[in-house]
Amino acid sequence: MRKKKMIFKIEDVTVYFPYENIYPEQYEYMIELKRTLDAKGHCLLEMPTGTGKTIALLSLITSYRLSRPDSPIKLVYCTRTVHEMEKTLAELKVLHDYQVSQLGAQAKILAIGLSSRKNLCVNPKVLAAENRDSVDAACRKRTASWVRDMAVENKNVELCDYFENHEKAGENALLPPGVYTLEDLRTFGKNRGWCPYFLARHMVQFANVIVYSYQYLLDPKVAGIISKELQKESVVVFDEAHNIDNVCIEALSVSVRRVTLEGANRNLNKIRQEIDRFKATDAGRLRAEYNRLVEGLALRGDLSGTDQWLANPALPHDILKEAVPGNIRRAEHFVHVLRRLLQYLGGRLDTENVEKESPVSFVSSLNSQAGIEQKTLKFCYDRLHSLHVNPLKLQIQMNLCLFRQCATLQLLLGHMQGAFPSSLSLTTKECLIFQILYCSCHDASLAIKPVFDRFQSVVITSGTLSPIDLYPRLLSFNPVVSRSFKMSMTRDCICPMVLTRGSDQLPVSTKFDMRSDPGVVRNYGKLLVEMVSIVPDGVVCFFVSYSYMDGIIATWSETGILKEIMQQKLVFIETQDVVETTLALDNYRRACDRGRGAVFFSVARGKVAEGIDFDRHYGRLVVMYGVPFQYTLSKILLARLEYLRDTFQIKEGDFLTFDALRQAAQCVGRVIRSKADYGMMIFADKRYSRHDKRSKLPGWILSHLRDNLSTDMAIHIAREFLRKMAQPYDKAGTTMGKKTLLTQEDLDKMAETGVQDMVY
Amino acid sequence: MAGLQVEKRVKYKSSVKDPGTPGLLRIKEVMLLFVPEDPKSDSKLKVQTQNIKSQKYTKEGSNKPPWLNLTNKQGRSHIFEFENYQDMHSCRDFITKALAKCEEEPKKPAVSTSSAEQLSIADFELRFKLLRENSELQRLHKQFVESKVLTEDEFWATRKKLLGKDSVRKSKQQLGLKSMMVSGIKPSTDGRTNRVTFNLTPEIIFQIFAEKPAVRQAFINYVPSKMTEKDFWTKYFRAEYLYSTKNTAVAAAEAAEDEELAVFLKPDEILAQEARQKIRRVDPTLDMEADQGDDYTHLMDHGIQRDGTLDLVEPKNDQFKRSLLQDLNRHAAVVLEGRSIDVESEDTRTVAEALTRVKQVSKADSEANQERLERISRVAGMEDLQEPQNFPLAPLSIKDPRDYFESQQGNVLNEPRGAGGLKRNIHEAYGLLKASILDIRTKGLCDPLIKPEVSFEVFSSLTRTISTAKNIIGKNPRESFLDRLPKATKDEVLHHWTSIQELLRHFWSSYPISTTYLHTKVGKLKDAMSNTYSQLEAMKESVQSDLRHQVSLLVRPMQQALDAAFQHYEADLQRRTAKSGGGERPNGCV
Repeated sequence: MRKKKMIFKIEDVTVYFPYENIYPEQYEYMIELKRTLDAKGHCLLEMPTGTGKTIALLSLITSYRLSRPDSPIKLVYCTRTVHEMEKTLAELKVLHDYQVSQLGAQAKILAIGLSSRKNLCVNPKVLAAENRDSVDAACRKRTASWVRDMAVENKNVELCDYFENHEKAGENALLPPGVYTLEDLRTFGKNRGWCPYFLARHMVQFANVIVYSYQYLLDPKVAGIISKELQKESVVVFDEAHNIDNVCIEALSVSVRRVTLEGANRNLNKIRQEIDRFKATDAGRLRAEYNRLVEGLALRGDLSGTDQWLANPALPHDILKEAVPGNIRRAEHFVHVLRRLLQYLGGRLDTENVEKESPVSFVSSLNSQAGIEQKTLKFCYDRLHSLHVNPLKLQIQMNLCLFRQCATLQLLLGHMQGAFPSSLSLTTKECLIFQILYCSCHDASLAIKPVFDRFQSVVITSGTLSPIDLYPRLLSFNPVVSRSFKMSMTRDCICPMVLTRGSDQLPVSTKFDMRSDPGVVRNYGKLLVEMVSIVPDGVVCFFVSYSYMDGIIATWSETGILKEIMQQKLVFIETQDVVETTLALDNYRRACDRGRGAVFFSVARGKVAEGIDFDRHYGRLVVMYGVPFQYTLSKILLARLEYLRDTFQIKEGDFLTFDALRQAAQCVGRVIRSKADYGMMIFADKRYSRHDKRSKLPGWILSHLRDNLSTDMAIHIAREFLRKMAQPYDKAGTTMGKKTLLTQEDLDKMAETGVQDMVY
Repeated sequence: MAGLQVEKRVKYKSSVKDPGTPGLLRIKEVMLLFVPEDPKSDSKLKVQTQNIKSQKYTKEGSNKPPWLNLTNKQGRSHIFEFENYQDMHSCRDFITKALAKCEEEPKKPAVSTSSAEQLSIADFELRFKLLRENSELQRLHKQFVESKVLTEDEFWATRKKLLGKDSVRKSKQQLGLKSMMVSGIKPSTDGRTNRVTFNLTPEIIFQIFAEKPAVRQAFINYVPSKMTEKDFWTKYFRAEYLYSTKNTAVAAAEAAEDEELAVFLKPDEILAQEARQKIRRVDPTLDMEADQGDDYTHLMDHGIQRDGTLDLVEPKNDQFKRSLLQDLNRHAAVVLEGRSIDVESEDTRTVAEALTRVKQVSKADSEANQERLERISRVAGMEDLQEPQNFPLAPLSIKDPRDYFESQQGNVLNEPRGAGGLKRNIHEAYGLLKASILDIRTKGLCDPLIKPEVSFEVFSSLTRTISTAKNIIGKNPRESFLDRLPKATKDEVLHHWTSIQELLRHFWSSYPISTTYLHTKVGKLKDAMSNTYSQLEAMKESVQSDLRHQVSLLVRPMQQALDAAFQHYEADLQRRTAKSGGGERPNGCV
């Protein structure tokens, strides 16, 4: 007979949990989470991978919502990648089915995943476009308001039926409650004839659970459009948030190249022509726009959804009331200003040296050389916007994003300068062939600040957030709960090892002076050859960078090591081409499913390491070749380190090590999904056995770590480990004294006695 | 029996209603000939044996005349009415055998016709097929069934699984592809000139075609209309050589001159197309391509660059660059896909065309989609929080189980000697196992079935004893003792082992003896076993003296097992005679 799935109480909340058993960690995690929600504050929770964070989170928050019917909270769940989003929605589906089966219709929620047009579009003609930007452009070409206006007169203009149907349905275009993955949305849209993308956008305000990418909340340009409707009573969850500081920084960083400038120039010419044309034909419209600008910048309300313009990143409200400066009110003047700006930027790109500048000096030199004031810059973005939307109904779609990029830069410069002096730095990077102007943000808290301010609770959670006290400083917020959970293990299902020497006792490392040493390369290869012959199913290897991986694989191929590996397992490799990598991953999984076994070569800071799980038989062993430091000669990194040192007194070395180790821990942590799972992890670099590195590994790895091994010792340990893992074991861990798997009865007992010491 | 023929007087009917034409039916191994008595009749018939699909016949004792109905592969049936049942049976047997023969069955089939059980031709075919594919089984069959130790049915009764319907379809496992890459083929040189020679086998050609659809297409286009096959491959390897030099400038120059060569050097269009199709069917939980649309980091000028990767401005000859990594991925994908075609042709063109056809057949999209969704929802759950689910198991076909033990052998070798204190010896492990079996007896089954420590101990001591036996002798750890025996002796040992297993299986399954039938069977088995026993003794004597000790070590467990069986037999016999002496016959049987 099947056991019943769980219902239990945490304080006053009845939690519905869609499994028969629960880990004590998950229970604890829920308690902390509930306290956070009660306190309406933010929290920081670290729980090792493989303990079911996502389902614990989802089931607590949805149950919390059910227990407070008078003030329902909304869950905004941010994932880093689309495939993680799909995974989350799949788990939510299981949970939702269970809750509905228990409570009936009142438990029904609407949960949607939101993604870009490319992933949601169902119009075959639009989908034929190659990449995201051409899909976007193809969509706009059929849905923009001016196109639709034109179509009224001209029957030949092509429109998108799906969009038209959705518009016709208007407010009545609603999704019935349920959990919708992207695929479900597409199917629904296809059946109804509604555009899934705009339907999903429309449903954001009604949905109880929204799952989308970090960018939709953190990137101010996107967040302004998509997320502006969200109410304060929302719980925002950032899952897998160990890299959140980097994401924040990226959201506010921009670079300008020569191509960008050229594109911008071309667009400017087009605008210029349009203006000239309007001057001749329809001067009244330009005049009307001018008049509105005089009255102020309060012109942003009348946009239809399709003409979306990336929202102004950081326009303070007082500016909205300010009048637009006189020198850019007239369209032709404004174009002149832009032209000057482009010229100035072009001039800066011509430099032969690497230059680093703070925003203050950049703006002042801009003022002196191009005669553009900071105040003018602040308005550029919206001025361009107003020009674009109102009078011209510009039909220039191509390459507009290039121009937008430029405009964004100007705007960031304009605003950031005043508000956050040392947070930006400007680097002109010069290589042999090309120059890039980087405008990079160093303060991670800038992007996330609006989120903390706006929403009731923000939950930041991941498998690796150690040291946990660093994150509040980096993101400058005060968590009400900040906790790191340990993992209670039924058996020692992980086996982390530090490999410092090859079987010939020579040290191995990817240190710069050692990495190309043939001995090291050979030892690394031999390690893998030995391992693939004893480890069943999937093996994953992470390298420190693409170029290093390229090199080492080429060498292995020449020396025949690769052939030896291929005798045991198939080889799949992550390349810089995402399509190919995805197919390789798919094949890798299939090879593991079929029992043929496979090795996957990947890069520690690549896309695969970021979000693909190698759980169960998809990964029985991870080998981390080297310490994945960032590229330390990068000027941007140096500038950021400097900033961190000055502001937070974090030493450069410490930060680099912290960053490398969290990356390494993240990579190896991907092998464990549950306590029934097992996997080995090998850190193959002698530097891992140094105290400063090792101490930064998360506790759950450290407690099992076997240090300072050579290849033959590692092989021996691996053999023993695998044989041990193949034995049946007591899943509940009752014999060990403390339980690692709780049943409904256990929880009931705990509730009765009111003791929690059973948990740990 | 080969070369023989059977001749019988029959009436031939083309349908059931047909009154029939009297004549002579002559059956040879390869064909079946009917000559009507009336030379003017046009119902002369000639049927190739291999065209016969099945045969049906009327049962003896039924009121119908003895008919034999042969259905050929086109579905037409020929009915022969025999004069008596004996004739019919002999013909039927002959056809059965001939049918088996024409499937290249080298061995004389032994068909039991006595049993009332009606075996369809399909069953026979299956048995023959199994025997043909498994030489070990065939040998056993020959030894026991033909020497009448076991009957045909008894022999197969223990192998019902093999005869199951599923295994029929799956029993022919398709041979996979080798993992080695084609680019790993090194040319041979004659040492004096700069000429190199590549040896192309159909296997290699197949792999090249499968991995490089552009080459395949080019082959179909060019050969033989534009160039000979030899020229084609010369060109191909020339292109490969250009790749290996990594000199894109030279490659570009050569490609500009020679358009056929350029085909090999350009990136593969067909592959790119396939990739675009496949990406739509990929599991969404690992679809990284979807991310590209979702964040802005992929945009050229957005975000900071990580990893210090500077994407250098692409050189002009980029299209002539191909990376090793791509090749590796492609190769692995092809190996994984397996041999999708069943063409065993030497003709390169046939292979190329067959491959192209296979690629064009796209899978049912919706079905694949459904399956994908099911898998996602299954994987979404956490396995140990819920009740165990039972998935259908695929039958595992391991070529040689000994490989496993040999791979474990290194374990023992590598074990540090000092750790010996912890280890239990085999007796202790045995004791543990026994204790836990007793435990199960008294308490019944509980979860987990066996204590993990116990199973671990038993398991490791098993592997240890098996491998130590080899270690003591083997100087070279890779070489097991069995391999050092002369091939004949080794085969003999292995054969004895399997035949003893077979006999013992039948022997023990016959107890308790409840029927006369079982009684005689056990008697026969016992004779066969004692026969084998003496053979073992003889073998022990005959081997060279330096191997004798080891062989006797190998033989001892077999003899022990036989001894146990003999003992049981004797004891049982005594008990039974004692009982029957008392005048009581158990279950009323002799």
